[in-house]
Amino acid sequence: MAAPVLAVRELHKRYGRQEALAGVDLEVGAGQLVGLLGPNGAGKSTLTKIACGLVRPSDGRVEVLGRPAGSPAARAALGYLAELFRFPGWCSADELLRFHQRLAGSSGGEAERRELLDLVDLGAAAGKRIEAMSKGMQQRLGVAQALVGSPRLLLLDEPTSALDPVGRRIVRELLEELRRREVAVLLNSHLLSEVELVCDHVAIIAGGRLVKAGTPEELAGPAAVEVETGSGVKTFEGAVREDAPRIVADLVAAGERVYRVEVRHSSLEDVYLDAVGGQTG
Amino acid sequence: MSGAQLRSAAAVVGLSIQEGVRKRVFLAVLVLTAGFLALFGLGAHFAFKDVDEFAAGVPDVLDSHAFTGATIFGLAMFATLFLGAVLAVFLTLGVVRGDAESGLLQPIVVRPIGRTTMLLARFAGAASLSAAYVLVVYFAACAITEVTGNWSPDHLLGPALGLALAVAIIAALSLLASTVFSVTAQGIVVFMVFGAGLTAGLMAQIGNAINSDSLHTIGRVASWALPFEGLYTASLHALISGTSGLTGVVLQLGPFGGSEAAGPGLVAWAFAYLFGVLALAAFVFSRRDL
Repeated sequence: MAAPVLAVRELHKRYGRQEALAGVDLEVGAGQLVGLLGPNGAGKSTLTKIACGLVRPSDGRVEVLGRPAGSPAARAALGYLAELFRFPGWCSADELLRFHQRLAGSSGGEAERRELLDLVDLGAAAGKRIEAMSKGMQQRLGVAQALVGSPRLLLLDEPTSALDPVGRRIVRELLEELRRREVAVLLNSHLLSEVELVCDHVAIIAGGRLVKAGTPEELAGPAAVEVETGSGVKTFEGAVREDAPRIVADLVAAGERVYRVEVRHSSLEDVYLDAVGGQTG
Repeated sequence: MSGAQLRSAAAVVGLSIQEGVRKRVFLAVLVLTAGFLALFGLGAHFAFKDVDEFAAGVPDVLDSHAFTGATIFGLAMFATLFLGAVLAVFLTLGVVRGDAESGLLQPIVVRPIGRTTMLLARFAGAASLSAAYVLVVYFAACAITEVTGNWSPDHLLGPALGLALAVAIIAALSLLASTVFSVTAQGIVVFMVFGAGLTAGLMAQIGNAINSDSLHTIGRVASWALPFEGLYTASLHALISGTSGLTGVVLQLGPFGGSEAAGPGLVAWAFAYLFGVLALAAFVFSRRDL
């Protein structure tokens, strides 16, 4: 098995007496899209910031492509978009990307800048000053900025919080494209439906601990078909949508009156709420 | 420092300068500076004219031209230092904590450039811009006194470089303050330190005037603790160091009171101080969670 692009081992972070992270383990492989979920204050942003060297861990280890997080080699391999970010309002989208190309040592030149702006649907706004852009445009520009220099690991902290449905779709398609390019992505989000749609793997953090992890399908659990009959509600565990006509036909053949049929499976939201126990930050 | 880091540092220096120049505040500073120089020119013109008329019938025991030129130029030096300090603080305002709180810093710091290089590049941008500004205002004031009164300082370049180094130190102190304080607190702290330095110089001047060794020593020690003040008084001294006789004595009673030659140690100390402040800023920044 290939070594993970991001490896988090027994990670602890304490702010005074408060423990923001209490021994988290997590891996993100090449081309893998991992969604990080959790209530406010769960430690998601802290984990992301440690991974890109903005915050020092109290204990444990974080490595990017086998290099300690925060080292120049690790920083050269990643792109990052913070939840709270701001770019100099006086410069244009193109100038900002050019500046980040110089910081990242990228030789992509104008072609890379144009491709990135097109990817986030800002091709027509290359010369527009950032202060004249909407929050959504700035967030898409932030995603483009994070992609400067073709990073192997992308850390996105709430990248769609300011986006409208069209903007979210653009980012979603971009994430699919990144998966095709074998880029590892850690997506920190509150939008469960987004995570469910794009992520291969989901990790739920609560109180600084990893409380649940797996693929969305694994987490969603077994499906069931629920039928309301004259003799009460009958639940057929493990049955899926395709089983519903047969179940109804069997019940009718057995002389039951059928009033309602519902195909059930636990959504990521159910799993999330169950995992965090109704916590909110 | 590697080649890649140097290129990144150059990008940050460029951004700092562009940012300083393209903000409206810089335009305001330029307009106000033009206003200051115009007023200074007008003042210098009438000062020379009036003193020439006043001194026409007086025996030639005092070089009234040198006295007038040195006095008004000394005042212009103070204004130049003050404006340069304002610019240095403005260009370094919120560079670390302020920018981190607003989210401007993180996208830059996660790049391979590294925190120390980023900080030094921000310093280089701010210091070079404010030092260049001080040099331009200094030489403009110099040209004005030359044109209006045919007077120029005894030493031209030394005081200019002294002032430039002084504002670079203020920029470094402001940068250090930005690693600890929020934007408003940073501005207040740096201007209080600047005021403390000027007060120390004033104490030395008063000590000199009333012949109080203790006051003079306290003032000198304090102004060395904040060497931008030492550089300023040394620059003042260099303006008139060649002026002797009664004119030199009378000048010491004005804005030049307490001014002293730099001596061999001051410039070396100022550079050591500058590097020490930058090293401390880099250390504090490297330990800071963003």
